[in-house]
Amino acid sequence: MSMRKLALYGALLLLTVAAPFLFPAYQTQLATLWLMIIVALTWDMTGGQMGYNSLGNIFFYGTGMYVGAVITITLYFPLAEYTDASRSETFTFTPEMYFTGMVLGTLGAGLFCALSAYAIGPLFFGLRGPYFAIGTLGLAIAAGEIVSNIDILGGGQGISMPVYGGDFEVFKKIIYYVFAAMGVVLIVFLSWFYQTRFGKAINAIRDDEEKAEAMGIHTLRYKLVTWAISAFFVGMAGSISAFQLIHFEPLETAYQTINLGIFMVVCVLLGGKGTLWGPVIGAILFHVFKEVTWNYLLGWQWVALGALIVVIVVFFQDGLMGWLRHRKPEWFGIRVESREARASA
Amino acid sequence: MSAIIEVSHVSKSFGGVKANEDISLTVEKGSITGLIGPNGSGKTTLFNSIVGYHPIDSGSIRFEGREISKLLVPEIARLGLLRTFQQTRIYGKMNCVENMLISIPHRKMTLLEAFRRNTPEERERAEHLLHFVGLYEKRWLQAGSLSFGQQKLLEFAMALMNEPTVLLLDEPTAGINPTLINGLIDRLKHANREFGITLFIIEHNMRVIMNMADRIYCLAHGRLLAEGTPEEIQNDQRVIDAYLGAH
Repeated sequence: MSMRKLALYGALLLLTVAAPFLFPAYQTQLATLWLMIIVALTWDMTGGQMGYNSLGNIFFYGTGMYVGAVITITLYFPLAEYTDASRSETFTFTPEMYFTGMVLGTLGAGLFCALSAYAIGPLFFGLRGPYFAIGTLGLAIAAGEIVSNIDILGGGQGISMPVYGGDFEVFKKIIYYVFAAMGVVLIVFLSWFYQTRFGKAINAIRDDEEKAEAMGIHTLRYKLVTWAISAFFVGMAGSISAFQLIHFEPLETAYQTINLGIFMVVCVLLGGKGTLWGPVIGAILFHVFKEVTWNYLLGWQWVALGALIVVIVVFFQDGLMGWLRHRKPEWFGIRVESREARASA
Repeated sequence: MSAIIEVSHVSKSFGGVKANEDISLTVEKGSITGLIGPNGSGKTTLFNSIVGYHPIDSGSIRFEGREISKLLVPEIARLGLLRTFQQTRIYGKMNCVENMLISIPHRKMTLLEAFRRNTPEERERAEHLLHFVGLYEKRWLQAGSLSFGQQKLLEFAMALMNEPTVLLLDEPTAGINPTLINGLIDRLKHANREFGITLFIIEHNMRVIMNMADRIYCLAHGRLLAEGTPEEIQNDQRVIDAYLGAH
C-alpha cells in the first residue's frame, strides 16, 4: 500500500472516530449512516459481486432484531411475561445485564441469520435473475406477516427493548461506535475477501454461472457461504438497530421491505455495483439525499426518491464508480501494455 | 494407447428429434480426435451429453473407466474432463488475468483454501499461458471488450489453466482470423504434446482437422456415419455425400 493511500485511510478512520464529537447534533444520523453502509455493502456481496439481486436481505435485518431482542430478554426474564401486552410490572436491566444482552444477543443474531441463510439458500439459489429477487422479497414479506401473528414475540405490537439506564448522550455514542466498528470491520473484511479465490469465484458466478460450473467451480457452495456471511453482518446490524430504536414492531420497522429493504439496493446502484467503495459512497450520498428531501420536501419525499431512482437507472446504470471507470479506465488499471514495456519489465 | 473416453450406444432425443442415436466411439489417451459432420448432425449434443449438460436417454459414457453419465457438469469438470463452448463463454466484467486466475483447478480445493489469495505460481502460470495464446499485452483489459476471436483464445487459455486431462473443444477456429488459424493449430498441438492433454475437437474447417487429428469420427443425422484416419475419412464416399447433401 502506498503512503498516500495509507494516509487517506488513516484520515478516514480518524474522522470516523471523531465524528460524534465533531457533529454532536447528528450522532443518531451518523449511526444510521453506518447502518446504511453496512446493509449496502452486504447487499452488494450477493447483488453486485455474485449477480444475485436479493430484495429480501431485509429478512435478516428483521430476524436479527427479533433474535437479538429474544436473547437479551430471555437471559434474565421469561419471554412470555416480558412481551405480554397487558403486563403491569416493569423489567429493569442493570448496565451489566444490558451490555451482556447486547453482546450475546447481537452475536447470536448474526449466527442465527448466517445459519438460516445457509439453510434456506438451496431453495432460493435454484431461482435465477428476477425470480430470485421476487422469491427473496416474498420471504421478507411472509416473515413479517408470520412474526406479527406470534404472540410471544409481541405480535403486531412488536417488542420494547430494555432501556439503557445511563446518560442518553452516552447511549447515542455507544450505538454510533458499535455501528461504526461493525462497518469498518466489514470494509476491511471485504477488501480482503474480494481478493481471495473465493471472491473471484463469486465474480465468475455473476459473469457466467454456466461457464463457472463447466470449469468445475462449486457454485452452490460459494453462493451459500456468501449469502451466509452477508446475513451474518445484516443480522448483527438488525440487533443493534433494535437497541437503538428501543421499540420496534414487525411490519414497519423490522421487516421494512419498502424502506430499508429498497434503500440498500438504491445505495448500491447509486454508488456502483460490484465495487468495494461504490456501496459506501452510494450510502453516504443516498443518506444525505434522503435526509434533505425528508426534511425540506416533506410530502414529496417519495416522489423525489422515485425521480432519483429513475435518473440512476436511465443515466448512471453502472453507478458512480461505473461511470468513473468508463471515464478514467486507467485509474482502475485497465490498459493495454506495449511489447516494449514487457521487454523492459 | 488406451481409451480415455468410451461412449457406447448413446441415444438422446429432444421431443421427436433424435439428436443422437446409438453412437459408440472411443477417444484414445493422449490423442487428438476429431468429430465432424454437417450442421445439425448432433456433434454438440454429443459433447453436451459427455460433459453432463443433459441426461442421456440410453447408453453409457465412461471417463478413465468410470461411468459419468449420471454426474453433474461441475463434478465431471472436476474429474478433469473440460469443455469449451461454441458460443465463447468468458467472464466479461473481469480482466484477462482474473479470468485466468478463476480457472485454476477446483478439483481438490477445500473451502478453507478458497479463502486464500492466488499464489505467485498461479499468477505466473496465468501470465505464461496468456503469453502462450498471444494475449499478454491485453491482459488488463476487461475480457468482455476483447474481439470474438481473442475471447476464443482466452477461453482456450482458461481451459489450459484448469489442467484438464481431456479437453473437448467445440469449433475452436470458428470466428478466428484465417491468418491466425495456423498459430492456433500449433498451440493446440503444443498443448497435446507438451502438456499431455487429450483433445477431442468438433471442427468444420477440414484443413484444420485433417491437419491435426489422429482419428476422426463423422456424424450425420444423429448417427455415426464413418470413422478412421484423416486419409480414410477424406476418401470415404459416404462422408463426401453427407457434406454435399446426398443424404
